[in-house]
This record gives sequence, C-alpha cells and structure tokens, in this order.
Amino acid sequence: MSQLQATPVADKADLGASLREFWHYFSVNRGAVIGLVVFTLLVLVAIFAPLIAPHSPDQQFRDAILTPPVWDAMGDPRFLLGTDPVGRDVLSRLIHGARYSLFIGLFVVVGALFVGVILGVLAGYFGGWVDALIMRVMDIILAFPSLLLALVLVAILGPGLFNAMVAIAVVLQPHFARLVRAAVMAEKNREYVTAAKMSGAGHLRLMLVTILPNCLGPLIVQATLSFSNAILDAAALGFLGMGAQPPTPEWGTMLATAREFILRAPWVVTFPGLAILITVLAINLIGDGMRDALDPKLKRS
Amino acid sequence: MLNFILRRLALIVPTVIGITLCAFFFVRVLPGDPILAMAGQHGVTPERYEILREQFGYNLPLWQQYFNYLGNVLQGNFGVSLATKRPVITEFMTLFPATIELALVAMIFAVVVGIPAGIFAAVKRGSWFDQLTMGVALTGYSMPIFWWGLLLIIFFSGYLGWTPVSGRIALTFFLRPITGFMLIDTLLYGNWPAFVSALRHLILPAVVLGTIPLAVIARQTRSAMLEVLGEDYVRTARAKGLSARRVVNVHALRNALIPVITTIGLQVGLLLGGAILTETIFSWPGIGKWMIDSISKRDYVVVQSGLLLIALIVMAVNLAVDVLYAVINPRIRVK
Repeated sequence: MSQLQATPVADKADLGASLREFWHYFSVNRGAVIGLVVFTLLVLVAIFAPLIAPHSPDQQFRDAILTPPVWDAMGDPRFLLGTDPVGRDVLSRLIHGARYSLFIGLFVVVGALFVGVILGVLAGYFGGWVDALIMRVMDIILAFPSLLLALVLVAILGPGLFNAMVAIAVVLQPHFARLVRAAVMAEKNREYVTAAKMSGAGHLRLMLVTILPNCLGPLIVQATLSFSNAILDAAALGFLGMGAQPPTPEWGTMLATAREFILRAPWVVTFPGLAILITVLAINLIGDGMRDALDPKLKRS
Repeated sequence: MLNFILRRLALIVPTVIGITLCAFFFVRVLPGDPILAMAGQHGVTPERYEILREQFGYNLPLWQQYFNYLGNVLQGNFGVSLATKRPVITEFMTLFPATIELALVAMIFAVVVGIPAGIFAAVKRGSWFDQLTMGVALTGYSMPIFWWGLLLIIFFSGYLGWTPVSGRIALTFFLRPITGFMLIDTLLYGNWPAFVSALRHLILPAVVLGTIPLAVIARQTRSAMLEVLGEDYVRTARAKGLSARRVVNVHALRNALIPVITTIGLQVGLLLGGAILTETIFSWPGIGKWMIDSISKRDYVVVQSGLLLIALIVMAVNLAVDVLYAVINPRIRVK
C-alpha cells in the first residue's frame, strides 16, 4: 500500500488492484462487514420508504393514541412499534426518518469535504500567510465546543433543518482542512510532484490532479466518521428544538416531542434513539474497518 | 520550558482575538436591530431609540465599537442579561460550579472505568473480554447521549425508582453555597442526608456525560497499550524475567498513558458540548442549560458572553494540557 501511495494513481488497472486490496483487508474485519450490511439496508429503507412504511408518517389515528408496541398486551397489530401521542405510527415515521438522517449525513459531509479540501489544499500548497490565515480561522472554529457553535449558528440563521445542516458542516469542516493540509505538506516535496512541476504542470493541476488523489485514504476515513457525527449532531439539534421542526419525522425531533411521555409511554422515546444508535454504530464500524484497511502499519502485523 | 510556554501563548493570541471578534459580530449579524431586540415586545419611541443607540455606542464606527467591547471584556464587564437584568458574569459564576462538578465526576467515572478496561483489553488481546469491551466502547462512542439519558431515567427513575429525575439536590434541603460544589458543600455542613441526596442527583447525569469520554479513553488506552507492548524495551523487560504484571504496570503503562492524558485533556470541549444536552435532560442548573435557555429566550447578551467565556475556558484547558504534555514528554519541547 505504501508503494501505491508513493506513486500517483495513474491507470485504471492500478486503481482496480488497490480497490481489491482494500476490500481484502476490509472484509476480514467482521464488524466492518456487519456495519456495511446494516448501512446498505438503511439506504434501501430510505430509498423505498413510501413502499415499505405501513402508513403515512403524518397520518393520525385518533382512535389509537399512544398504542404500545405489538408485543405488549395492549398492542395493536396495525402498529408494530406502537403509536405516538397524536396517534401516528412510530414505525412508519422511523422509516421515513431514515431518509432525513442519511440525507443530513450526505449533505454535511459533501459540504464539509468540499470546503475543507479547498481550504486545506490552498493552505498546504502555498504555505506562508495563506496557510497562517486559513489555519488560524480553523483554530478559532475548533476553539468552540462544536455543538455549542452549531447551536449559536442556528440561532443566527434561524431554526430549521437546512440551517442546522449548514451549521454542522461549518463546525466539522476544519477537521478536513487540517487533514488535507497535513497530507499536502507531506506530499508536495515528493519526487513525483517535482517531476510534474518540471514537466510544466500549473498550480491547479499540481494541487488537484497530482497531489490530492494521494491524500484520499485518510480523507475517506474522516468523511465516514464525520458522516456519523453529522447524524448525531443533527439529531441533537433536533432534540433541542433547533433542527428539523415538528411534524418532520426526523429522529431527534421525534425524541424531543416524545420527551414528556417518557414514563407513560417509553416506546415513543426508545425506538427513535435506537434508530440513531444503530445508524451511527453501523457507520462507525465501517469507518473503523476502513481505517484499519488503509493503515499500512496494521497490515504487517 | 518557559520558552515553550511563551511560544504556545504567542500562538494563542490570534485565536483569542478571533474568538472575541466572533462573539462581537455574533450580535451584529443577528437578524433585526439589537436595540429593538433588547426592547422586546414593548418597542421604543424614536427619541428613546436614539438615546439608547448612543448609550450602547451603536452610533460609533464598527471598529471603535469592537475596541469598546474588548475594553469592557478585559475589565470583566460582560454585560447584563436581558432576561434577568443581572450581570452575565455573576450568573456565570453561580452556575459554572454546577457544570464543573458534573464534568469532573463524569471525567473521573470515564477515567476510572476506561483506563483499566483499555489495559485489560490490550493485555488479553483477542479474548472475549477484549471483544466485548471494544464492542461496548464503540457503542458508547456512537451513543446519542440525549437518548441515553432518557433511557436511564426510564429505567432507574421510572421503573426502579432509585434516582431522582432532575435537579441537583432535593428541594427539602436548602444550603447556602460555600464552594458551589454540592458534594463538597453538603460535607462541609456535615449534612449527611443532603450529601446522599446530592450524590443521587449527580449519578445519572455524570454517567451520561461520561459515556463518550469513557469510550474514547478505553479505545485510546487499548491502542496505546498495544503499541507499547510491541516495543523492544517491553520485550527486553520480559526477557529479563520480570513478572507479566510488572512489565505491564511499570514498563508499558507509563509510556502508554502519555497519549491517553492528551486525549483526556482534549475531551474538555466535548464535555462542555455534552453538558448542554445532559443538563437539558436532567434540568441540571449549569452553564449548558443556561446557554440553551438563553438561546431560546433570545437573550443575546448572555449567549454572546457565554460563548466567549466557554471558548476561553476550553482554550485555557487545552493550553494547560499542551504544557503538561511537554512536561511529561520532553521530546515535544524541542520542536
């Protein structure tokens, strides 16, 4: 792998080989494979939510308010996981909620990745005052506890799912910038970069085509971990009333509206949280597996 | 050493200035006029508006406003809460001990459980204990703590009735704060039942807040320990015929703990962020709940100053960790 990283990813056969090698090491890790399977199922659930969900997430069954799950003596076979305080089917809301959580994760990671990579490459490649300026701004963002900063940003932008996603992307983005900067600084004096410079490659080409592909490994791992962080933070903001607003079936928001019923109807609290935990756990398992598979040090042992 | 500390301090200066700029501009970028926001629903007459504008210095150029703000902050003047009309710094000082107490106990819990768990997992690598510990740690690391808190309330407060649902101490006890730390104050008064009550109130929030640090510490200890156990000097110690226990406790552990201590220090920001959620769930009267309440009440003076104070505290702790790290690990100082 170290060999592969030292030479720029040039042709497709090379890429295929490194992918195969990656999969070889990834698939040995049982946890990672389980995580991948669970995550794939979640993606399928999210895509086909309207087909799978037994009811509409917003339909209120006024005759069945706070029905317990089906295995309870008071349960109703129509509502497998019971109903919430206004008689909506918890399972259907959870299934639709998967769409929100996965979309939040994707949006935040893509946003943070995009901005973070640009800033990191600029800082690492040019160094000097560009580097100093960008990294000091990143330091400032990282000086605040991330959830607090996200909360304050949402207070400025106004509560809502979109603003919450933007705020989370802003607070997660410095991690990408730092990572890319370090990787670019390590790579930019290597021989292949000098060679490309000699043959007349411009700044843009050197940054994006020559150097960046060789920093991908750690970036992918960071992206995976940020994906799960984004889902957790968005749920936390929803829970605090600053994220998605009711009646959106977002898992954190569902928890917030169910809070006062915790002792009377534990199921309306239990299942949304369990959904968050399972999703985040699956993604973290994948992230751990990828980190191990991409780490040349662990492979030799 | 002094040189190292001075260099670290110099590095921090731009960040601190940046933080004050953030806090300053926070109120300026809010939608709506700050004076109208302060006036609330009653509104103000145009004449009064002009007077207030002058009084708060909003008629000055922006850079002058910033320096006035900075001057106030340096003198410890953080403004007056719009909601309670009390100085922000007074409110902060009353509430901060509650958060420190919660965070400290959470951290002690995380360290006391996390480090031994990580060591055992590393020593018995691949055993069922290792797999179980790492499974639990990853679950803890993935935990939405606001939900975890609710689950614990359902089980321990609702089902078993062992712990109270919210607050710091039963309302029947009224103690004038001495240190502000409930556990210490109750002991200073020699009021045993009050101490027990405070402890029962503290236990669930501390477990909830400590869960993620616990997971991080256990994982970090295990991997640091595994790395150290593979080193030559550990092999030498074994070859010398030292007992396994001595090799682990003396030769391996000391070196493995260095990165763990850094990790512990870096959890402070995370703890203060987590405190927002934990304090909200358990109605714990600390700065986390204070901040979220102020955000929803639109008490922007509190949010502005609270943000600044919390960021400065996190920075100070991180600096202290850096220095401590340099004390234990002299190699760092040279760079």
